[in-house]
Parts: sequence; C-alpha cells; structure tokens
Amino acid sequence: MTGPMFALSALLSHWARHKVQAALLLLGLALATALLTGVQAINAEARASYDRAASALSQDNLPRLVAERITVADYVALRRAGWPVSPVIEGEALIGGQTLRLIGIEPLTLPSGVAPDIGLAGDPTGFLTGEVILSAEALNDPRVRPAELPSGVALTDIGVAAGILGPEISYLLLTGDRPAPPGYALIHPATTDLSQLTESFHLNLAAFGYLAFGVGLFIVHSAIGLAFEQRRGMFRTLRALGLSARALTGLLLAELLVFALVAGAAGVLLGWLIAGALLPDVAATLRGLYGAEVGSGLTLRPVWWLSGLGIAVLGMLASAGQSLWRLGRLPVLAPAQSRAWGRESARAMRAQALAGAGLIGLGAALLAVRGLWAGFGVLAGLLLGGALMLPMLMAALTRAGQRLSRGTVAQWFWADTRQQLPGLSLALMALLLALAANIGVGTMVGSFRTSFTTWIDQRLAADLYVEAADEADATRLLAWLGNRAEALPMIRTTDGGTQIVGMVDHPLFRRAWPLLRALPDPWARLDAGDVFINEQLALRRGLAPGDRVEQGVIAGIYPDYGNPMPQVILSWDRHRALYPLPVLRYALITDIRAAEIRAAFPRVVVEDRAAIRKASVAVFERTFAVTAALNVLTLGVAALAMFASLLTLSSLRLPQVAPVWAMGLTRGRLAQLEFLRTLALAALICGLALPLGLALAWVLLAVVNVEAFGWRLPMLLFPGDWLRLGLLSLLAAGLAAALPVRWLARIAPAELLKVFAHER
Amino acid sequence: MLSLTDVSKGYASSEGGVTVLDGVSLSLAAGETLALTGESGSGKSTLLHLCAGLDAPDTGRIEIAGRPMGRSDAERAALRRSTVGLVFQQFNLIPSLDVAGNLAFQARLAGRHDPRWQADLVATLDLGPLLSRYPEELSGGQQQRVAIGRTLAARPALVLADEPTGNLDEASGDRVMALMLRLVAETGAALLMVTHSPRLAARLDRQVHLRGGRLT
Repeated sequence: MTGPMFALSALLSHWARHKVQAALLLLGLALATALLTGVQAINAEARASYDRAASALSQDNLPRLVAERITVADYVALRRAGWPVSPVIEGEALIGGQTLRLIGIEPLTLPSGVAPDIGLAGDPTGFLTGEVILSAEALNDPRVRPAELPSGVALTDIGVAAGILGPEISYLLLTGDRPAPPGYALIHPATTDLSQLTESFHLNLAAFGYLAFGVGLFIVHSAIGLAFEQRRGMFRTLRALGLSARALTGLLLAELLVFALVAGAAGVLLGWLIAGALLPDVAATLRGLYGAEVGSGLTLRPVWWLSGLGIAVLGMLASAGQSLWRLGRLPVLAPAQSRAWGRESARAMRAQALAGAGLIGLGAALLAVRGLWAGFGVLAGLLLGGALMLPMLMAALTRAGQRLSRGTVAQWFWADTRQQLPGLSLALMALLLALAANIGVGTMVGSFRTSFTTWIDQRLAADLYVEAADEADATRLLAWLGNRAEALPMIRTTDGGTQIVGMVDHPLFRRAWPLLRALPDPWARLDAGDVFINEQLALRRGLAPGDRVEQGVIAGIYPDYGNPMPQVILSWDRHRALYPLPVLRYALITDIRAAEIRAAFPRVVVEDRAAIRKASVAVFERTFAVTAALNVLTLGVAALAMFASLLTLSSLRLPQVAPVWAMGLTRGRLAQLEFLRTLALAALICGLALPLGLALAWVLLAVVNVEAFGWRLPMLLFPGDWLRLGLLSLLAAGLAAALPVRWLARIAPAELLKVFAHER
Repeated sequence: MLSLTDVSKGYASSEGGVTVLDGVSLSLAAGETLALTGESGSGKSTLLHLCAGLDAPDTGRIEIAGRPMGRSDAERAALRRSTVGLVFQQFNLIPSLDVAGNLAFQARLAGRHDPRWQADLVATLDLGPLLSRYPEELSGGQQQRVAIGRTLAARPALVLADEPTGNLDEASGDRVMALMLRLVAETGAALLMVTHSPRLAARLDRQVHLRGGRLT
C-alpha cells in the first residue's frame, strides 16, 4: 500500500467506527438528490409530452372554418369552389376500453407539414383503406397500431372516424390567409403552447425540489462538519507525519466523491420511485387544469443518472466547501481537541443577519417588478433572508429567556441553549424553511379552496347541465323537455387563444356570474354590445372596466378560478352572429331527474350540480396533492436534519454537560432538560415560522398566483392548521431528540469523568 | 467528615478486569486538609471521583458528613449538591455562563446562595473586573480563581480538588493555592486534594500516597 493509500485508509477508518454518521451523510445526500431528481424527472416527462403534442398535432393550430353544421356535401362544394380546406371529424370515442380524443383526418387534402410522421409515406393505402387507428396507448383493439402520438389521442382516417363518431364534419382546416366563406366563421384556435401554459406549475414543482434539496444539504453539511471536527487530531498527525495540506485535501475530496457517487446513485433510484409515485397525480392535475395529456409511465433514462450524480457531487462539494477550506488553512500545530464545532462569533452572526435583512429588502424591491420569476425572486429573498436572520433572532430570544428566568437551572438552560445555537442553526434554519413553506402553502391552498368552493357553488346555479351529441339530438331533447324545464343555451368557442362565451341574459346567470368590478348596469351594457372579461385576462393585460378589448368595451370583470385561459363573454346574439356553431349545451332549471333524461336520451351527457361540483373539487384537490406530498417530504427531511445535528452535538457537548452533572444535576435530569430544550427550540421556530409563512402565503396569493394563473384570491387564516402543524413539528423534534437524549440519560459516568480526567 | 471503608473499584478492559483501587480506607475530619499523591494511573482521580459520588465503588462504604453515599445517581447527586465542592485541573467552568453566573451556579443549585459571601469571595479572589466575561475570555489563572470561587460560594463541608494548579505556571499556582487554602480555612471545610507536587502536598495537614491501588 502506498503512502497516500495508507493515509486514505486511516481517514476512511473513521467511518467504520461511526456507522450512524456515515448512514446519515449518505441518507441526507440521497434524499436531497432524490427529491430534486424526482421533480426534474416529472417535469422532463411532462415537457416531453408537450413536445410530442406540439409536433404531432400541429393541425390544432391551423385556422379552421366552423359552422352550425358541416356535411360532406358542404365540404365538396367548398373544394370545388377552390377553397384549400381539409375536413376533420373529432370527438371522444371508446377504443379498446379507453376513452380517447379521436381525430379523423383526410390525408390527401391535409396541408403539408401538418400531420406527424405516421408512416403515410410508407404505407398510405394501409391508412386510407384499412381500419387503422394510430395511438401511443397500448389498447386491446385489433385496429390500433402504435405511433408517436400524445397520450390520450388517437389518429385515424376520416372514414374510420365517421364510422365511430358519425358523418358530420367537426371543422375544416384552412390553408392560407383568407376570409371565411359565407355561412362559416373563421376561428384561429388557441395558440396554446402547453409548455408556456403549464410553466408556472412546473416552476412550482421545481421550487419545491430545490427547497428540499437545500434542506437535505443541511444534513450533509452537519455530518461532514462533525466528521472533520472529530478527525482534527488525525489530520494534525497526518500533517505532522509529512502529508502535505494539498494531499490531505485531495484525499478528503476523493473520500467525499466516493460518498457523493454512492449517495447520488441511491438518490437517482429513490427519485425515480418518488417521481413514479407522484406522476399519476401530476398527470391528472395537468389534465384537469390545463387539458394537457402527460403519460403516467416513467422510464429511468441515462441522462437522469448523469444529472443525479452531478447534483449529488455538486451538493456534496457545496456542503463540504467550508470544512475543506478550513482544513486547507489548518496549521500543522493547531490544537487537536474538539472545539465548539461551527461556533460563530457574534460578529459573524450579525453579518449573517444583515445579509438576511438585505435579501428580504431585495425581495421587497422585486415586488415592483412583474413576472413569475420576479415572484419567485421575492419568495427566495423572503425565505433565505428569514433563514439567515434566524440565529440572531434565536440568540435574542434565548437571552430574553435567561433574563426572565428565576431559577439557576432555568437560567443555565437558556444560556446553554444560546451556546448551542451555532451548532444547531443549520438544522433550525431547515426546520424554519420547512415550517414556513408548510404554513405559506397551506394558507394559499386553504384560501384557494375556500374561495373556489364558494365560487363554484355560486357558479353552478342550474339544476342540470346537458350536452347533446349533435344538433338533431339537441332539438329532440328540447322538444321532449317542453315546458317541464327552462333550458338556457350555453356556448363557448376558442378564437385567437381566447375563450369566447355567449351568454343569454337571465337571472340565473346574473346570480352565477358575480362581477368583481363593473361599470354601472353591466348586464344591460352586455346586451347592448359590451363584454365581460375574466380576471385572468384583466390582470394579464392590465385592463379595467371601461377599457376596450377586440370584442368591445369591458363592462365587467368576473372571477374564473381554475381556468388558465383568458375568457370574454359576449351577449348571446353577438356570439351567434360571430360564431354560427351548433348549440349542444344547456343549463336546465327543472325538477326532472338526471336519470330520466339519460334513460330517454342515452347519447346525451347529463350532469347534475353535485356531480360537476364533485369533479371540479377533485381536480382542485389533485392540483395540490403533489404540493402537499412534497410539503410532507420537506418537513421529514428537516426533522432528519435536526436529528443529525442533535446527534452531532450530543457527542461534542460532554464538556458543557459534565461540570453541571458534577455539581449535582443527575443524568436523568440533564436528559429531561435536553429534551425540553429541543421542544423549546422547535416551539420558538414554530413561532417565528408563522409570520414568515404568512408573508410567504401573501406573496404566493398576491404575486405568484396572479402571475402564474391570473387570479387574485383573498388571504384567509387557518389557526387550526397552524396548531396541527405546530404539534406535528414538536412531535418531529421530540422524535429527533429521542436518541441523543436516551444516550445522555444512559451515559456511563466513566464517559463524563473523562472530561475531568483529561483523556478527551 | 469523609470516611472510606475498604473501598475497591475496577474496570473491564480488553485484557480482562483491571483493579484500580483495592480495599482503600481513609478518613478526613472537618477542617482538615489532606494531600493525596501517587504516580500517574495509580487511581488518585478515581478515588476522588468516588468521594464526590461521581462514580460508585464496586465494594466498600463511603460516608460524607455521616451520611452514606447512595447507590443511585439521584442519591449521590443530592449528597454532592448539599455537601461537596469540586475543583478540577481543567477548571471546567460552564462555558455558557459569564463569571457572575458561574460563581453563583453551585450555591444556587444547593439553595445556599449568599450574596454577601459571594461579594467577599469576588473581592478576595479579585474577580470584580471579570464578572461579565465568559470563560473563553479568561486566562488559566483567572479561570481557576473562578472555579475556586464557584466551589466555595456554596460553603461545602468537603472540598475535593483534582490537581487544581496543574494547568498553571508556578507563580500563578502558588497564588491560587494560597487563596484556596485561606478560603477553605475560613469556611471550615475539609479538603482532599490530589496532586503530583510534593511542594504543594507539604502545605496541607496530612499526606497519603496511593500505589498499586492501595494507600501507603
């Protein structure tokens, strides 16, 4: 064995004797890597789905002609008249036991470059004459052939689609910049860029991933700091025996790299499992919120291995940087005994607090800047600034505790707690961040939930909502209903990336569409040709009642939670004039039961208020299910960070505890005090996390949500949730302290006596 | 004040059991001072720790002020609080408390805090200018003066000192020793002091030597 190898084996022997510490180091780094790579995997999978959708369905972005009814004869007439149109039949169909969006195209007239590479060039006859349906899904249907298509979509020849969905043409794709022929409306469909639309959602996930990564690194920093401190004597000896500072640093770097690679590999696997567990919820959320289809399967890609290992190595280097820097400057004759690890002078603490205040100030200044990234900048400034100010605040609080205490033990308790702050501060910061994130996100979600349910109860004013499959069905349904129901027609189309709604003036809709801001007598103005717009559109374009959009003067602005798109409401008549589409959807004021209509009209979709409400609330809950899961994981990692720090400190604390024991406090009493100290610290952190979390909630509601979704919500407070979270964090702190406290309660007197016997 | 009867103590090691003290008997009267000398590893500190109730003997009986040393941690701690004061070579001040806090700590813990007596101690030990400082800001001699003040502030009946001047230079050690002996005499406490120094041992009333786990 060569000299450096001997030195390396001496360094590594430390870990063989401190297995729990080694496990914590690996666990911390693996968890940090797992949460970040997991979130990145989810985002990458979703983005890959958007890319597939964008490349496969570019016909979605072509201008299209619509009319109340388009028959094959209408299409043939237009073609004969020289219009470059191509028919599409589109609708939902049950294929191989799964409901898919079936798109029937006419390949011979389809504009070039629109269809995806579906093998038409190789076997056009197969597609044209055979009963072939292309889909990415594995379906139990002999007609289905695999193809690179977005999830939830099937593509087929228009003849096959007509056989499944009926012969009526849904719309005609139009090439070139031409006006609509008479009897048709030209619609520029939503230029919906899914990746742009969902950016805020993915940014939210990524922010949580980075937060969890940062919290995980606290554990790593803690474990590495302890290992370096414990080996100070060994470092000094190795240096004295001739190992240069550079060689020693190199060996330690090699040791850390081995740890990083092992933990990184474990982290990637764990991240893959986490991503696999969260992806179905994410996919459901994206479908419910944005209509974006994301596959729920996940493959472990080589690039993840590389990025996961890279993240682990970078995280390790970031955590160990301070210790390595110190080691590089360690004089050969530096004292070998452990000093209070991580001790920072009051000056350093003040500088840190000042930096924290600066970051909060910077965050506050960013409030003046618009944009989602600025919103996240405010959040980052607030969280990091709050965390950096924590040690100084805790020092002030413990000083106050000491001043207010009467008993000697109580005074020592607070003084000793203050002395431990430098060693515990990283774990306390991790706990503060996790709790503040929990309170902030919890308040945001709670406020959102309350506003959303109130709003949806108001919006769903009709008894039933029906949707016919075609106009003939709709006509028969209306005749059947007769005077047993009042049927209010509803219609919505998408033009130029904006949803355009036609609304009849009826007391029911007046009740269901409360306006946030409006000109006087807004409904009369709507009838007269003005428009209402949703809050998203108003905030995005800085519009107010009295301003003008393409469709007319804004008479009112209404809340429209859960809708990521801008929306404009026109009067019914104006909408009919602009978009002569078939009317298939109605709100019914009736006492007829849904089952009765379903029995009479099997093809009509009938939904009652409760079912729609349930489905909407389910979409809402799913939207935040992932956030809640990440919240819990972050809190778990913070508890682990606390455990790592307490374990670290417990072995360094004997010189502080032994004199007090020698003066008459029993080990049991000291253990009790240690336990109480951890609970007291957790309680203080909870107290400090509350204002920080509420500030976070305010930023989320008033800045980030407005930028991301376009709606502003009132901030509501949920003290019951805070209490539950407080108890949970006390429980987590108690569990984190249990092992170190048990160790202290059972420590052999001989261990404590070593403090006085100069053997340490 | 202190009575040890046939006290033995051993430790387990990788090569089997090691006997550190083997049937030690010793007594110390109130107000008496006794130097305990011996080679390194002879068991001096172990004997002192047993007397303080910091550890329990394997066999034998220890009494302080007529009260037997209990077997449980709590009983020994109670006896230590009420009767014993300890001075260590490494000073072992409480790092989180300032000098004033350290001085008052043990007396308050024992319920015998007397502000006037503490003020006397501060004056005698010349600690006035240091009261708001923390241990890490003090020299070795200053720390040991604080440690002596802390011990005597509680007016213990028995003072146990383990090489109290071992970490100090000769001049500082002599000054500290003189102060300690003067204050111990003033309080009427008994003193058992472990030392390597024959010169210091000679300043005490009696000397005993520990060799191979037995007193000679």
